[in-house]
Amino acid sequence: MRVAVVVFPGSNCDRDMHHVLSEFGMSPEYRWHEDGIPGGTDAVVLPGGFSYADRLRAGAIASHSPVMDDVRRLADDGVPVLGVCNGFQILAEAGLLPGALVSNDEPGFMCRWTEVVVGSTGTPFTSRFSGGDVLGIPVANGEGRYHADERTVRELEDAGRIVFRYAGDLNGSAGSIAGVCSEGGNVVGMMPHPERAAEPDVCPPGAAPMAPLFESLRAAAAA
Amino acid sequence: MNLEPGELEDLRSRLGREPSDTEARIVAAEWSEHCSYKSSREHLSILPRTGPGVVGGPGLDSGALDVGDGWVVTAHIESHNHPSAVEPYGGAATGVGGVIRDILSAGTRPIAILDGLRFGDPSGGHARWLFRSAVSGIADYGNCIGVPTIGGEVEFDASYDGYALVDVAAIGFGRRSSLIRNRASAGDAVLLLGGPTGRDGIGGSQFASESLDAQDRSAVQIPDPFAEKMLIEAVIEARRAGLIRAMKDLGGGGLSCAISETADALGVGIEADVSRVHLRGELEPWEVMVSESQERMLLLAAPGDVPRIESICGRLGVACSQIGRASDGGQMVIRRGDEVISDMPARVVANAPPQEHAASPPGPAPDPGSRPRADHSAALLRMLGSPNMSSRAWVYGQYDHEVGIRTVVRPGMDASALRLDNGRYLAVSMDAAPKHCNIDPRAGAAGCLEEACRNVVCAGARPAAMLDHLQFGDPRDGRVFWSFKESVAGMAWYARSAGIPCIGGKVSLYNETPSGPIKPTPVALVLGLADRPFRQGSAADGDALFVIGATREEMGGSEYMEQVHGTADGACPAVDPGESAANMDAVLALQAAGLARAVHDCSKGGIAAALAELCIAGRTGCRAEPGSFPGDVPEDAALFSESHSRYLVVCPGSRADAAEAELRRRGVRHSRAGVFGGGAIRAGGVDLSVDKARAAWLGALGGLVHG
Repeated sequence: MRVAVVVFPGSNCDRDMHHVLSEFGMSPEYRWHEDGIPGGTDAVVLPGGFSYADRLRAGAIASHSPVMDDVRRLADDGVPVLGVCNGFQILAEAGLLPGALVSNDEPGFMCRWTEVVVGSTGTPFTSRFSGGDVLGIPVANGEGRYHADERTVRELEDAGRIVFRYAGDLNGSAGSIAGVCSEGGNVVGMMPHPERAAEPDVCPPGAAPMAPLFESLRAAAAA
Repeated sequence: MNLEPGELEDLRSRLGREPSDTEARIVAAEWSEHCSYKSSREHLSILPRTGPGVVGGPGLDSGALDVGDGWVVTAHIESHNHPSAVEPYGGAATGVGGVIRDILSAGTRPIAILDGLRFGDPSGGHARWLFRSAVSGIADYGNCIGVPTIGGEVEFDASYDGYALVDVAAIGFGRRSSLIRNRASAGDAVLLLGGPTGRDGIGGSQFASESLDAQDRSAVQIPDPFAEKMLIEAVIEARRAGLIRAMKDLGGGGLSCAISETADALGVGIEADVSRVHLRGELEPWEVMVSESQERMLLLAAPGDVPRIESICGRLGVACSQIGRASDGGQMVIRRGDEVISDMPARVVANAPPQEHAASPPGPAPDPGSRPRADHSAALLRMLGSPNMSSRAWVYGQYDHEVGIRTVVRPGMDASALRLDNGRYLAVSMDAAPKHCNIDPRAGAAGCLEEACRNVVCAGARPAAMLDHLQFGDPRDGRVFWSFKESVAGMAWYARSAGIPCIGGKVSLYNETPSGPIKPTPVALVLGLADRPFRQGSAADGDALFVIGATREEMGGSEYMEQVHGTADGACPAVDPGESAANMDAVLALQAAGLARAVHDCSKGGIAAALAELCIAGRTGCRAEPGSFPGDVPEDAALFSESHSRYLVVCPGSRADAAEAELRRRGVRHSRAGVFGGGAIRAGGVDLSVDKARAAWLGALGGLVHG
């Protein structure tokens, strides 16, 4: 399974994502943002980092990168697309996902493990979870508060498009939203870092709470 | 920003002529204390530089540690004290950037940052501003470049009033075969990569080599972590393609230092043209040569490889100028276009005449007298909630300590640990003990090195290498210079006795505050290796408490004496190397045998504070008997003395007999000193609710900043 890991200037979780995708038996390929995404790509991941140093707004400049035309086209074709942290901010800025990511309610960078509750299992990244699962996962961001108007949040809820919610109020996110998906379900954005919670060696209780996310993706391609 | 009169005379005689103005400025930058180590170099030779696993040899700037299977770990430590004292955000951030580029110069990828921060009395708003801003600077820089900040220290002491110590260490990792063994031959291209050279950090190295009387903000460099991140990737790509023959970070002294030291070390000359340097603004030629603008690297490459380097840089948006070439003969020639503005032997520029200083020991220490009785519960609660001993979560919560997905033991423990690509683990700890060093710098420096080793042992690792960072006041003060020499001697003594090689270090002098020199602040960074890290569990009801190691009447410079009795006088802790080694082995054995649930080092606040921290982490109480702790001392010393080589070990009740048998077999001083359970920490006169202790401990540091 060929997974494109898109690298923008300032991406810094690209190598982590590449490592975990490989560990789970997939074939990740770095794609520099100016080089586009080749045909035959089975999934796309926009990793975390500080693309363009978060200048203007987090994700704002990267969302205009040439590679985003390819991402948009693949998303329309139903190819699984995952944006994590800065990748989610880029997808939101590009209009591929609803809402916006703004400064945490207590301003400043926050790095800690938290818990999320699984919402929709109808995406290529969550089929191996059960709805309502409560899972440990780290967050690391300064602009991770999900913002959308009440109507949008309600619509997302009704359409089953909330993929992860924080188990408590972490940062003031609307609807405690940690991750959402596109109408078709194939584009998922999330602020917490699943690649940091997929191997028992680096997870505090020796578990691997986010392993099913990568198992889901592998299964989606096989299907 | 000038040479001292004697040095000017020396330069004249070595050149055989009068130096031009530009030449004098270039030499002044390089002959600053910061760049040249002119006061300290000869005294550092007593540190052990070789040992098992140390990779050395020609062309390596500093040692690397072989961690097996063809992999190496590199480490560097630096401070950015003067800049941070006037502009804490930029000073701390550029401190991170500089030490990261040292890792890069070795040919390795940076995988972790640690920072040791020291400020004045935190009841002062200025100290709190310095603290808050320095933490922000480190967070914004480290987070952006995607290198996790996994550990460090924060300490407040009135001897740093109006000043700041910002020490940054970085760890690198890579293939042994990828280490850059610097070499050059005539004709090699000299390239300057990275950010433009501007008028920031002019004279920074001299600024850092004088006492801080002029608050010269223009001497402070401006951080750009994004430029650093792109520079990291460009350099690693060029290195991977085998395009780099030699490399040097531009730090203190800017181009003057990088060019002269590179040419001198590699036995070539370098001719460079300042008009080819990419600039920010218009600069005089001498300013180009001494500017300390950040995020720059000097590379030497074969001329035929230059287009490939330029293409890598072009793709990543990193500016790259070919500023000159290597030549035969060892001459450092600087031009502006066709005009030669400086022409001196690199050997002369790169080698400052050593500076001799007198060392004068202080008089006899005052007798501490007898200690009045104190309420030990109140004392412990006060200490746990004090800025020096409370939880550091407010700090490390702002640092991305997870990026890189290597962090196995996270900040907040005695040491942090990272997984390496060969299945082994690296534990790291950074420690200093200025209050002890102020009483006895030799014992204090040996002790802080042993403490860093203990911390690494708590993470299940065996100490494998150390780095020293030596920070003192003005070396022309005999007392200061004596404390420097004593500290080096103490560190070298313990390092030799424990068989731990020194693979790098740094010296920072002229750390003076408006009211005098800082306390002697040698810092030790210890790297330990483990095949399997020790994953701390939490103490649970029914678990047994073991105390390993003897407590002595060593209350001088302890948190207890200072916070409760308002005095620092008395004998400070001293290390017994035999006991140190035996206790380390015993702890590692208990961990490996699965007999330990948690292990905690005893340092600031003594056994009482360490026990309280175990109880807070486990959310359980403990009943312990201070009279049973090894060592024959009064109860207050049993609880609060900061004697070295001691550990608390939590054993599941069912394994306690086995642990006891192992400790007895090894013959180490120990006692089965208590049982966990209940809601209070009870030890002799201490009876403190865990919830109360936890609240005081958790909230103090954030409260200090926001309060």
